[in-house]
Amino acid sequence: MPKFKFNRLQWFVHIGSIIPFIILVWDAISNNLTVNPIQEITQRTGRTAIIWLVLSLACTPFNIIFGLKPFNQVRRPLGLYAAFYASLHFITFLVLDYGINLSLIAQSVIEKPYILLGTTGFLILMGLTFTSTKKSMQKLGKKWNQIHRLVYVAAVLLVLHFFMALKFINTLAITIAIILVVLLIIRIPVVRKFFSKRQPYWAASVNNFLTGRKKKIITTQKLRN
Amino acid sequence: MQKIPSSEITPEHLYYSRRDFLKKSAIFAGSLSILSACKSINFSGDQQPEASFFTYKDEFGDLANTYEQITNYNNYYEFFTNKESVADLSKNLKTDPWKLEIKGLVQNPLELDMDDLSKLFEQEEKVFRLRCVEGWSKVIPWTGLPLKKLLSLAEPASEARYVRFQTLYDPEQMPAQQDNLFPWPYLEGLRLDEAMHDLTLLATGMYGKQLLPQSGAPIRLVVPWKYGFKSIKSIVKIELLKEQPVSLWMAVSPREYGFYANVNPNIPHPRWSQSTERRIGEMERRPTLLFNGYETEVAHLYKDLDLSVNF
Repeated sequence: MPKFKFNRLQWFVHIGSIIPFIILVWDAISNNLTVNPIQEITQRTGRTAIIWLVLSLACTPFNIIFGLKPFNQVRRPLGLYAAFYASLHFITFLVLDYGINLSLIAQSVIEKPYILLGTTGFLILMGLTFTSTKKSMQKLGKKWNQIHRLVYVAAVLLVLHFFMALKFINTLAITIAIILVVLLIIRIPVVRKFFSKRQPYWAASVNNFLTGRKKKIITTQKLRN
Repeated sequence: MQKIPSSEITPEHLYYSRRDFLKKSAIFAGSLSILSACKSINFSGDQQPEASFFTYKDEFGDLANTYEQITNYNNYYEFFTNKESVADLSKNLKTDPWKLEIKGLVQNPLELDMDDLSKLFEQEEKVFRLRCVEGWSKVIPWTGLPLKKLLSLAEPASEARYVRFQTLYDPEQMPAQQDNLFPWPYLEGLRLDEAMHDLTLLATGMYGKQLLPQSGAPIRLVVPWKYGFKSIKSIVKIELLKEQPVSLWMAVSPREYGFYANVNPNIPHPRWSQSTERRIGEMERRPTLLFNGYETEVAHLYKDLDLSVNF
């Protein structure tokens, strides 16, 4: 059995990530998915997927700017939850919406660029999901990092997909796009250096709270004294 | 105290089996509601307005959507962009008194209230399909008057070619008109011959009742062979013009929404499938029909028109 011990942040992330799914199932059971439930499922799962993908990408910048290291630990689960909701979204599109009618699906992929973008982004996410295990990490070595940078390509494609699927641009879409741009800017080496030199003094205590490791640090300090 | 004859007291074993039956039916009803989450079929009869023995059907034999389905899923951006919220947000819209103007290139400009309209014109019942550009559709039993009758009363001038319709502009009552997401008021237009067509209806009611605000009370247009956004709601002004008017959606996105907006499965939209549609309450997509199935009635209007250019 692998070790299974979550810190506060991990619990928060895992519980918070399952909630949208529970609400979806609950609304399906209580017939609360509007009179057009397939569209509602499609839109909800898509929205959740894109939000979680951006949250996953925000982890490293959080660490760079604020020195919040525990966020590195939740980057992968957040990304996997994004892939989970994206799968629900994609399956809803293929099965519930288009009834696996291949010619109709092919027609819409060819006819509508946003579906092509969404499908491409989804396939990248799936590739990353299947290579997200420790085994693949060891197997791929340095290549793993390079391959998993594709998540940025997927994010750009999927945010574009989200924008083009909207009848009019809403606040969520603008927020998501701005956050993505900021996250990409922080990745630029010069910017990254600038921030990593100026991490706030409270980072350590927040980190301790998130990981619940307060006691340990006190004891090590005592030992040093 | 009145004594109950022992013959009317339910024997214990029957009493319990009755309980059991009720429990089982509750479980059954529960599982139906799970099913209906996917299929969204209305199993409870109470939502159908009074005439449960009478059902509305379109000419293809498809049942009308339920009153609940029709009145709780509405695009009415003057109130909100969420289709489920419109019913609640619009419920206080003041529709009485209401003034409808018919002006522009007419011999006989009119200013009518709803009473005038009901006195002047006989109300007819029409079951029409409504195909939204977003890819869903409903079958709706309207009551109203053919627009032709009202326009004839106003006597269009010989140079009149087009008709422009305008929705109420009242930001106090219609909260979304306070922000600039769209160039209010909502405007729509028809060619005069389209407006004079037998199928073009000014609806004042639905399911035999007065229209609710979310459905465009007190009076709205219904052009069944065009995408739903052409069927403008809560009309205050009808103007006859020489030049083709610009509708709100044409102004917002001319590439996506044309003046004609005829339902046409052969003209793709960048977002929604126009070759198929989902009828509200159904699981599978249906093929979308040219002119929303009213081809025999309206195709002649467009015989000299390239529909791929004039979409």
